[in-house]
Amino acid sequence: MTTAVDTATEIRPATGAPRFLSRIDVGRLMTHLSLLLLVVLWTFPTAGLLISSLRDKDQLAVSGWWTALTTSESQAVTRLPTADTQVQKDGKWVITGNVFGTDSNKQLGAFGTSNNEPAAAVPGASLPMSDGGTITIQVDGSFVWSSDKQFTFTRAPRIFYEVAIPPRFTLDNYKEVLTANGVARSFLNSFTVTIPATIIPILMAAFAAYALAWMRFPFRGFIVALVVGLLVVPLQMSLIPLLSMYNNIAKFFGAEDGKTYLGIWLAHTAFGLPLAIYLLRNYMAGLPKEIMESARIDGASHFKIFTGMVLPLSFPALASFSIFQFLWVWNDLLVAMVFLGAQEGKLVLTGKLVSLLGSRGNNWEILTAGAFVTIVVPLIVFFSLQRYFVRGLLAGSVK
Amino acid sequence: MALDSVAGGPARDRSWSRTSILAVALIAAIIVIWLINAYVIDAAFGSAVATALHQILNAITAVAIALAACFAYFWGSNWLLDRVLSSSPAMNEDVETRRDLRRSAIRPWLFILPALLFLVIYLVYPVIETVRLSLFDKYAQSFVGFNNYAWALTDGGFWQAALNNLGWLIIVPLFSTAFGLVIATLADRIWWGGIAKSLVFMPMAISFVGASVIWKFVYAYKGPGMAQIGVLNAIVTGLGFPPQAWITVPFLNSFLLMIILIWIQTGFAMVILSAALRGVPEETLEAARIDGANGFRIFFDIMIPQIWGTIIVVWTTITIVVLKVFDIIFAMTNGQWNTEVLANFMFKWMFVNFDYGRGSTVAVIIMLAVLPIMIWNIRRANAEEGTR
Repeated sequence: MTTAVDTATEIRPATGAPRFLSRIDVGRLMTHLSLLLLVVLWTFPTAGLLISSLRDKDQLAVSGWWTALTTSESQAVTRLPTADTQVQKDGKWVITGNVFGTDSNKQLGAFGTSNNEPAAAVPGASLPMSDGGTITIQVDGSFVWSSDKQFTFTRAPRIFYEVAIPPRFTLDNYKEVLTANGVARSFLNSFTVTIPATIIPILMAAFAAYALAWMRFPFRGFIVALVVGLLVVPLQMSLIPLLSMYNNIAKFFGAEDGKTYLGIWLAHTAFGLPLAIYLLRNYMAGLPKEIMESARIDGASHFKIFTGMVLPLSFPALASFSIFQFLWVWNDLLVAMVFLGAQEGKLVLTGKLVSLLGSRGNNWEILTAGAFVTIVVPLIVFFSLQRYFVRGLLAGSVK
Repeated sequence: MALDSVAGGPARDRSWSRTSILAVALIAAIIVIWLINAYVIDAAFGSAVATALHQILNAITAVAIALAACFAYFWGSNWLLDRVLSSSPAMNEDVETRRDLRRSAIRPWLFILPALLFLVIYLVYPVIETVRLSLFDKYAQSFVGFNNYAWALTDGGFWQAALNNLGWLIIVPLFSTAFGLVIATLADRIWWGGIAKSLVFMPMAISFVGASVIWKFVYAYKGPGMAQIGVLNAIVTGLGFPPQAWITVPFLNSFLLMIILIWIQTGFAMVILSAALRGVPEETLEAARIDGANGFRIFFDIMIPQIWGTIIVVWTTITIVVLKVFDIIFAMTNGQWNTEVLANFMFKWMFVNFDYGRGSTVAVIIMLAVLPIMIWNIRRANAEEGTR
């Protein structure tokens, strides 16, 4: 290795360029830049979602998330209060108030009294009004309209202005989505579906995997082939017969339909089993043969070898499978829709998000916050247990 | 050390006490949760909170009961087997051997039975039943032969879905694998490559529906003259073109939906290919370098051929994901504007039109498309079995 590099440097002709320039490797620079570009391409959609979900919902609707840190400017109009709000003060008739109402976040850029000239005066300056007197508006939107004569207008005039909204980040969108839109309930439903569906298959799969890896019996090869084959069977093949089966069972027990949590737990358990058996069997088959054999010679039964030795040793593979199953069940839409249905009380997060896409398709403050609530749990699982996830992925496909 | 604990003798008593403690704890937990669920919650909380708590406790009970059932079955059946067919040196030698043999013939089936039962009920039987239903009419009442298949072959909607699926099948695996390979190669040479890989890998954890919302926001459309909030339209208007409602533009919209899946699957391809690249022997690369090959030659002539097997595995795995893709189309367009694919088409016939025959037929056709890969996988697994 070193020899090759050394020769390469020596035979490079001296070009006379400054030494530090020749040290900058164009190839390496290109590598850095292209990878950076790809990473940005891969992360900007998620970043946009996260940033948007934290923005003020009025700003979110009118400006792109990449402008989130800049002040957004727009034009607006407010009708002044009616004449009966006037008070007499120091011999003058005065109407006061704030063009922004109670919103304290905005800043006035300029104002005017007609649609044609919304920027006739700067904040703090005065403009004559057609209904008499002059008006002065400050940066914070508070105005004083004063006149020597009593105001007698019947229709309050409008004030036009340019408003600057400084960047504002808030958790309001999350508050709204969790309380008003039933996402909190779906969050609970997702956990209700996912946790049992992740735990139930593990022990069953582990026993089967051990038998397929270390015990001899007829049809073993056939069962292994069956498991490998079932790994890729489209779920679409299972839906109709299972749904009729569930409905028949429900009818037998007098329930109105077969859409229960128990039903979906068992369905997810079964759908996860091929991968579980496959992963665990591969892992267990790789455990050292000598240990098994000496334990057998010492008179330990298969049951004891399995529970006392193989199961604890297989922890990494069990962890890999649990993460897979957790992510797959949490992220699943199809199975949940078919076996749990679309009733409001039973919607899982993915189903809820689809229904929000339909009913609130243009309310991006709802959609972005809702989507982030859906993906936050998998992201936490993913980033904290990435090692096991990758290991499982490698064991499951490169073979 | 590890051996002692399983090899009988004093360790036996220890494992006995451990199992019994576990069993008692499990049963006690179930009873306690059941009591809380039945008597405490409704008395202590308002109805909304109580509903949520009931749901949580029911789920916990289900986990506990499932674990207890597994435990009882595996431990109990093994114990029973050893008890019923017990053997000892004091016996007649023939009887002893016969009993030993019979025990070891039965035990694997005890281990494998629950899993096998689940697989047969939830996967094997439904596959057979779906094939049967595809030969029956809408109500699964009368036999219609291959009429449903004839319908599919002449139905415009089916062909549109099938052709779109074909496009997905070619484009998604191609770009996912290519991007995955490029990113893996680049990242392995750079100190911050680990972080880069993590970020590219992250979409793997996001649901298809979540990813759909993320990308729908990228494609978001506002009328001309308004400030665009979608990145794509912001770029397009920034270049001086009018904004587009991208999702409704036929042909282009299918590609935009494919990008979502490519975005998700590239991370998978990258992780697998990165591991394969690290397995390429350093000597072969070194030899090429000494021969004066440049980076591109080394990549295409030395590295790619050595990881070709892995590339095929990645390609087929993504192909299977593509064949089953449903959530993205369902969430983004529900098949409108010429974006239909088979899985969504099947869902419509099954759960919107309630046509068992045609729904099953489309499912069987998806299955037929998966079949070659399935057979290839099984043969590969068998070959591996032979080498072990």
